[in-house]
Amino acid sequence: MVSTRSVTGTGVVRARRNRADDVAGLGRARAGVFVAPALLMIGMFLLFPAIWTIYLGMTDFRLTGLAAAHTSFVGLGNFTAAFGDKAFWNALQLTVVFVALSGVIGQSLLGFSLAWSLRRLKGWVRTLVESLALAAWVIPGSVNAFLWIALLDRRDGTLNTLLNTPGTAWLISYPMAMIVIFNIWVGTAFSMQLFSSALSSVSPSQLESAQIAGASEFRQLFDIVLPTIKGHILTNTLMITLWTFNTFTPFLLTAGGPNRKTEIFSVYIYKSAIGSGQLGFGAAISMIMLLINLAIALLYMRVGRKR
Amino acid sequence: MTMATRTPSRTTSRTATRFVGRLGFVVFITVVSVFFALPMVWLVVAPFDANPTMSVKWPDWTLNNFHRILENPYAFGSIVNSLIISVGVVALTVILATLAAYALSRVRIPGRDALLYGLLLLSSIVTGTAAMVPTFQLISALGLINTQLGVVLVMSGGLLPTVVFILKDFMDSVPKSYEESARLYGATPFQILRDVVVPVARPGIAFVAVWSVVQAWSNFLVPFILLRDPTLQPAGVLMYTFYTEAGQADLRLIAAFSLVYTLPVVVIYFLVNRKFGFRFYGGIKS
Amino acid sequence: MVTIGRRKLITLAGLALVPGALSACSSSSKTATNSGSGGTKDVTLTITANAIAGGKNAAEAQWVADWVIPQFQKANPGATVKFEPQGVNDEDYKTKIALDLKSGKGADIIAIDGIWTGEFAQAGYIKPLQDVAGAAVDAWDGWKQIPTAVQGAVSFQGKIYGVPDGTDGRVLYYNKSLFSKAGLPTDWQPTSWDDVLNAARALKKLKGVTPIQLDAGTAMGEATTMQGILPMLVGTGEYVWTDNKWVGNTGGLRDVMNLYRTIYIDEKLGDAVLQQEANGRDSSFQEFAAGQIGILAEGDYFWRSVINPAQGIGTAPMADRDTVVGYTKIPAMKPGSGVKGQDFVSMSGGSGRVLNPNSKNADLAWKLLELMCSPEGFAARAAGTLSISPRDDVNKTLLAKDPMLTYVSTQVLPITSYRPGLADYTQVSTAMQQASLDVVTGTSVADALKTYTGTLGGIVGSSNITNN
Repeated sequence: MVSTRSVTGTGVVRARRNRADDVAGLGRARAGVFVAPALLMIGMFLLFPAIWTIYLGMTDFRLTGLAAAHTSFVGLGNFTAAFGDKAFWNALQLTVVFVALSGVIGQSLLGFSLAWSLRRLKGWVRTLVESLALAAWVIPGSVNAFLWIALLDRRDGTLNTLLNTPGTAWLISYPMAMIVIFNIWVGTAFSMQLFSSALSSVSPSQLESAQIAGASEFRQLFDIVLPTIKGHILTNTLMITLWTFNTFTPFLLTAGGPNRKTEIFSVYIYKSAIGSGQLGFGAAISMIMLLINLAIALLYMRVGRKR
Repeated sequence: MTMATRTPSRTTSRTATRFVGRLGFVVFITVVSVFFALPMVWLVVAPFDANPTMSVKWPDWTLNNFHRILENPYAFGSIVNSLIISVGVVALTVILATLAAYALSRVRIPGRDALLYGLLLLSSIVTGTAAMVPTFQLISALGLINTQLGVVLVMSGGLLPTVVFILKDFMDSVPKSYEESARLYGATPFQILRDVVVPVARPGIAFVAVWSVVQAWSNFLVPFILLRDPTLQPAGVLMYTFYTEAGQADLRLIAAFSLVYTLPVVVIYFLVNRKFGFRFYGGIKS
Repeated sequence: MVTIGRRKLITLAGLALVPGALSACSSSSKTATNSGSGGTKDVTLTITANAIAGGKNAAEAQWVADWVIPQFQKANPGATVKFEPQGVNDEDYKTKIALDLKSGKGADIIAIDGIWTGEFAQAGYIKPLQDVAGAAVDAWDGWKQIPTAVQGAVSFQGKIYGVPDGTDGRVLYYNKSLFSKAGLPTDWQPTSWDDVLNAARALKKLKGVTPIQLDAGTAMGEATTMQGILPMLVGTGEYVWTDNKWVGNTGGLRDVMNLYRTIYIDEKLGDAVLQQEANGRDSSFQEFAAGQIGILAEGDYFWRSVINPAQGIGTAPMADRDTVVGYTKIPAMKPGSGVKGQDFVSMSGGSGRVLNPNSKNADLAWKLLELMCSPEGFAARAAGTLSISPRDDVNKTLLAKDPMLTYVSTQVLPITSYRPGLADYTQVSTAMQQASLDVVTGTSVADALKTYTGTLGGIVGSSNITNN
């Protein structure tokens, strides 16, 4: 087994990767100046509305109706209402499954497989495949929904025509599978690019020596490459988890249906916030989602620190 | 290091494995390519159809749908608005985030990681529907309702944490030797950032720039809530007006507009990719 | 390599241009709209509606821009009228105007769906017309022409909040050629639910035809309630809300749910899967236009905006609409079993325009409203698209050209019912839609109604429900 702590340029950099090193001589004060504009923007346009939203989550605020004129503080009332709502637990379960299957497993795996298979190619094949994946990623969400509804249409959809299965209502019979696959289609490009870059930073001399030593491609993959890019895998998985958790586009495909079978958290909030105008309740659910995301992020941080 | 004895059977099995490996590779790549390409067929077929439906069929070729889009008083303007808003968001986000990411990467600030993660999480609240009222009230209080500036500010605020996070991660992997040398030559930190780090980090910056454009381009809720004048609305909002009074989609307009709406982003991506190439981690290999 | 100096310059230039461009954009739109001011009395009024040129309700948007504004500005020199079109989903539009009204802003005249009157009034966003514009409101002669029931669409607790803008009615559409193929009369007038079911059973023999489409499920939203559940419910003699109580597990609602069960589960006279698709209603329109659905319960909107063969208007145009598509009144469950002892029933919605209580020129805004709802206004609007107006005098003259709309105006409107303008209605409606979805996907009627009454209790309190 080839050691990953070899004294090559990359190895030395990697060991010091996460330790801040003020090589430019910034100093604390100037660093503060650099960070200040971003913090100001974030403070005004992100922190302020976010904290206000958290506060709203503890009121019975509605956009119309009596509660709009006389909003009262209900403390944790919205949270208890949420925990008592069957639809909430349904949304939680569906979201976890959705994130795990389409994000953590689906996009990461497909993205990595693409990056690994294409890593040595340089010609038109690589450009074509990468372009197709990136086109899917770049196309706006509302357009994507139309594309997939046309693909999965029960009567004359492309899929039914190709597989010769007329009349199969894909979005009704296999709704979760469909939005999982849809989300994989949309998001894989990000993982592919990330892993592609990560792979290109793995020292080729290490791989060469392994190959000469007789290690098969799989061995090289598992023993050299994966440990080297472990940090990137973690970052990628964290970002994908957070994004998939909050994505709203599946709503355009199934409207949360049929009968709530694809009502993931973002759809659940949309229906309660815009549907019946219960913004206080919607804010509380957002808060719960944030806490779940926080738990996930803490988990990743802990795993990351164990390196 | 032992030399494996190359017996003939070993060689043939090696070739066989390699052949199967190649075949598997070709099959995999073909399947994946078809997977990505298939849904896009509607986008190149339906806009040219006189009577498009929610399925892919051989079109009744016409350019009439595009004529109707051009006749629409807001269609062309909305694409321009989308560009304005996206450029504004990218400029603001990338510049602020590059400064912040560099500083956070190089200087030990206590609680840095926690701060970043925290902001990352909060950005998910603010981009959701529940934060709509606070955002509206804030922009209203600032007098920026019905201005594209308000839209740019709100969107940038929401995207900044993610961009800072990604860029900081990127800059962590940029080797510090160049900066050390530049410092020895007496460059100020800002010059080092501008002249040494940014060029190396360009591919990563390019990637987050495209990511920001995609986010800004597809955003419906923020411009919808904050803008009143339809001549200011971006294409992401205008998409939703091509419906009848009871919510029936006018597919002729939607298909054609979808194509018009998608093309600029795709073009931007290809241009940036051509110029910079997307890469995340700029480590110099040995 | 591009010199960094030049790149920095470009970036800075871009940064400088961006706010310039942004402010230029917003200020130029302001100057463009204020160009009409000439007199010393420089007043600007704004109108907003869920209508936009080239998109949703384009004809109305065009009428406002091309007729209303020029006419008013001519008659009132010194006044400028600005139109702020929106063109989105009803719920998104409602959210937007609610936000505006909440922050004390918003256009002077706002178009709303009548069903929102109650919740907006309770939130304090709108006030009764008399409170906003005073005596001029009572003095208007238009009120005589608008039936009380239609006025009710924009009223809440006995006070009227806006001027009605239009109304509609629901009928049963049927495909005459499919009917004759199935041996049914082409001048069909069913008098009971059994008549309808018998016709559907005859249609079932035809290959590739779904006999009947009665909207169900949550994906179709309010369409399920307005075209499916409520017309059937009033056919059993019950209203969704009477005597301060909401309908719960009653005989009438059970009959309605059993009808759904018969159609979608027991005899498969309808397409249960269609009710669950996200775009099911759109698809049902396409299918009817393609001759694949025999009977469809819909509003007059279907006739004039969906299957309308006129160029560019219908979204599912039928070239032979006038010969092939028939329409008839919706029968009560049995003759005489409808509300008020009626043999036939229907449901109507309504929209209207309210005066913003935050308006700085309420009197002038009222005059603008009067213009928009005058006979001349409706006549000008009818040039673009003909629909049923709230005024009797207008309907008599304008609708004469269109037999279907005359039919609805003269035969359906007198027997129609309206929804209660209460804030809780939207949630009750959603609960009803869910009940229909449960039934259509196989749940027993008893279980579906049990869930329904449970949800209903959570919305309005169980003491406000009628069960029998």
